[in-house]
This record gives sequence, structure tokens and C-alpha cells, in this order.
Amino acid sequence: MATGPVIQVTHLRKRYGSTVAVDDVSFEVNEGEIFGLIGPNGAGKTTTMECVEGVRTPDDGHISVLGLDPIRDIYELQPRVGVQLQEAHLQKRIKVREAVALWASLYRSTLDPRQLLEQLGLGDKRDAWFMTLSGGQKQRLFIALALINNPEVVFLDELTTGLDPQARHAIWDLVRGIRARGKTIFLTTHLMEEAERLCDRVAIIDHGHIVDINSPSGLIRKHCPQRSVIVTTDDRSADARLRAIAGVEVTRADDGVLTVRGDSAELMTGVIQCLADHRIRVTDFQTVVPTLEDVFLKLTGRTIRE
Amino acid sequence: MRGLWNLTWLEIKIFAREPLGVVGTVLIPVVMFVLVGRMLGGRVTSSDRLRVFVGADLPVFTVMLIALNAVLSLVTIIAIYRESGILKRLRATPLRPHTILTAHVLAKLVFTVLTLALLAAAGRRFYPVALDVPWFSFGVALLVSTVSILSIGFLVASLVPTARFAQPIGTLFFYPMLGVSGLFVPLESLSPALQTLGHALPLTYAVSLLRGIWLGDSWLAHGWDVAGLIAVFVICTALSARVFRWQ
Repeated sequence: MATGPVIQVTHLRKRYGSTVAVDDVSFEVNEGEIFGLIGPNGAGKTTTMECVEGVRTPDDGHISVLGLDPIRDIYELQPRVGVQLQEAHLQKRIKVREAVALWASLYRSTLDPRQLLEQLGLGDKRDAWFMTLSGGQKQRLFIALALINNPEVVFLDELTTGLDPQARHAIWDLVRGIRARGKTIFLTTHLMEEAERLCDRVAIIDHGHIVDINSPSGLIRKHCPQRSVIVTTDDRSADARLRAIAGVEVTRADDGVLTVRGDSAELMTGVIQCLADHRIRVTDFQTVVPTLEDVFLKLTGRTIRE
Repeated sequence: MRGLWNLTWLEIKIFAREPLGVVGTVLIPVVMFVLVGRMLGGRVTSSDRLRVFVGADLPVFTVMLIALNAVLSLVTIIAIYRESGILKRLRATPLRPHTILTAHVLAKLVFTVLTLALLAAAGRRFYPVALDVPWFSFGVALLVSTVSILSIGFLVASLVPTARFAQPIGTLFFYPMLGVSGLFVPLESLSPALQTLGHALPLTYAVSLLRGIWLGDSWLAHGWDVAGLIAVFVICTALSARVFRWQ
């Protein structure tokens, strides 16, 4: 494949009646990466993704996927991409193997259905009706359907919403496995933990606008560089000793708990060094590192679940 | 048309798995038919009016009801598929929209044909009146009528807002049409307004065609009926292609 982005979106706009769902969104997804579009419900994630998939027609802007136009070249594009839609369903009484066989019949070249179901842990569910599957099993089936044509690009929309933590971790492992096979993955999520653990790069979207794009750690470094160390100690001298570290700010709570804050990556080392040098006895030591959740709060002024 | 046969066969199997699916659409009509035949059997020979009713109107009436039942079931299934996101999921595959819809029509036709074949077999065995009917012509007339009515069903399916409304709206839409179709009451005995309405509605042409062919009329005598049904098919298909919503 030629070098350059696999997905390119420029100045995308989409409105529903008087509501602007997506307003001037631009981003690129590179080959072989997991790219996440993150934001609260109603931010425009699914609309953006469905425009890129060719399921929805944009009002304005330009989209290119594998060098093709998702609307004009949809039939040329479909064999090369795999799609998992948010809140999708199948016929209640369709069997797992029938669904996979139907999908397989639609493409010229496919993976081996039996092997794919085994890999996704659905081997013993081949003859089960769709309606009898658990949430996690349904999602794994939808992943199977998205992968059956051995696509170059995989779209995953709110993949783990509604799943319990165990099923969620299992799905994350699957997604990493897909990337390991050289696929490009474009996903949406409103779970910051999911984005942080899974994505190579994320775009934060809010009210239809992209707020920033970077790697999760890059975003945290840029927007929430401050980390904290919380030290519990009986040593009266600790307060003054810690304040002596360059570039830190120390607050002391009534119960003797000290919070040391600083922007430097050396903060932890500095604090540990200081405690060791002065033989300060600590009864508890905690570090607080900012997460994508904090970045989101800072950039949008609200928590993601509001 | 890639995937059409797979999808059609799959939809047939899925429908057969529905509780009451096959029993409701295939067996119940046949059982009812046999029971009514038995009840009327003894009296048919004594009454000419009953003989006409059993010999011509009852079969056409039965066939129409089965066709309408298939259409209503189609409207409901499409609405459920749309509401629960199945249509949207199917659309994001190389399946062409018309393939998905055609598969549903074919699946419905299969069950309609199956019901009618069983009815015909039961009729030979239990029917109180000997019938000399041009079965092949009648089959063709039925196919034309059913496809035409199914196309109206698609238009309704394109317009109903939710699955909960699909069945009642479909019923409200189709059964009054049957009332002015000339099946129960001859069109000529209706008021001029209702006659005009009857002539404007497609079921009237289906009833006229089916009854005519059943009684041995030539196709030529029903050219207008066929033309009307084809016109309805073309118009409804074109309209629903424009207004159909996938989600």
C-alpha cells in the first residue's frame, strides 16, 4: 500500500435538522494504528464514524478511506473494510454459524469461518441462536462479522459499552490481536480507560468539534502535566524537607498527610530521594498520575459521564 | 444479487423457528379451510347460492386473506428489523438494498405457495364441490396479485414509524380496501363514491382477476386488471425506493 494516511477526513460537517452533529472535523488515521475518537454521548462520534464507513452521507467536507470515497466508491470499499456498528442486532433466531456463513458468502475472499469463531471464543456457540448469546458473545460475533472478509481497516463503534469488566478486558485483547495482524483500527468510545489502554492516538471530540489529537500520554503531558505524591508520616521535619525540592508545591492536611505536587517528570524520583536522604519514616506513600479523564475534564470543563 | 439465495433460505429457516410461525401461517388456514368445508359440505348440494359461494367466492376470499396475511407479516418484520438495527447492520455489507428486500418477498412467497398447495391438496380430498379450475393460470394470476400487493406492503413498511404500529396500521390500511374490492358485495351495488374508490384501489383488480381466472375467463378479458396491478407495483416500488428508511 502507498504510504500516507489510511483514512483522511477534512472539514467534515453533518447536521440533523437544526442540530449540528459534526462541525468542521478533520483528522487522519495512519496504517497499522489503533485510532480512537473519544467523547461523551452525543458528541458526534458515531455520526463521524458512520460518514467514514459510508453508511451516512456528509453534508460537507471530504473523506477518503484507502484512497476511495466512502459514498461514491462504497461497493469498491466494502470488501476492504470491516464494520461493527453501535447497538446493532441480528435476527433473533439466526444461528452464529449461519450469520458468519451469510457474511462470508458476500465476499470474494474470506477467512475460515470455523477458525475465526474458535479464535473469538465462540467455537461452542456455533449452533446457538443470536438471542441466547450474552452481551460479550454478541460483541464477539459482531467482531467476527467485521473480520470475516480479512479487511484492511476495521471500524469499531462503542465496542464494549454495556459489558462487564471481564468481558471488556477480553475484547481489548482481541482488538490488540487485530492490530498485531497489521490491520488499521478506527474506534469510538466514551470510556477514557478504554482509550488510554487501547489507542495509539486519540481525537477528543465534544459538541461536534475536535478539541485535540495526540497519543494518550502526549495529551496528558500537554494538558495535565501535574502529578502528585501523597506521603503520610509522623516526622515533623518532612514538610520543610519536601518543600526544599525544586519546583514543587506542598500542602499539609490536619492529620499529617502531605501532598507534593509538581509538573516535572522527575517529581517521584525527587520525593523518594528526599525521603531517603533525610531518613524520613513514612507509613503510606501514594502517587497520583493524571489520566485521560482529567485531560477531558480540563479540555471540556465537564466529566465525560455528565 | 450476490447473497440473495443465501439470505432468502436463511430468512425461511429463521421464520420456521418462530413459535407459531409455520403453524400460524401454514397450518391454521388449512385446518380452518377443512373445517369450514366439512360444516358446509352437507348443505352445499341443497342451495345454489351456497354452491356459488363455496365454488368461487370462498377460494378467492381465502387466497386474498392469505396474501394479505403475508403482506402484513412482511410489514411487521421490516419494521422490527429496522427498529432493532438489523437492517442497518445488513446495509453495511455488500448486500444491495434491493437484495435484502427481495429476499424477504421471496421468503413470504414461499410460505404463501406452501399454504396454498396444502389448501389445494386438502380441497381435493375434503372439498364439497368438485372444481374444474385452470390451476396454472390461477397460480400466475395469484403471483401477479401477490407481488403487486407486496409492493404496497413495502410502501407501508417504508412509512410506519415503529414496529408497534406496523401491524395495526397495516391492518387499517388493507382490510378496508378489501371491503370495497367487490369480494363481499358486488361493486355495482355500492354507492357511486365507493365504486370510484373501489376502482382506485389495487385489491379490486386483484379480486377481479383472481375470480375471473378461477371461473375460467380468458386473460384477455382481464387485461386491465393485470395492467392495473403492474402499474401499482411500479408506482409503489418507485415510491418506497425513495422514502424507505433504514434506521
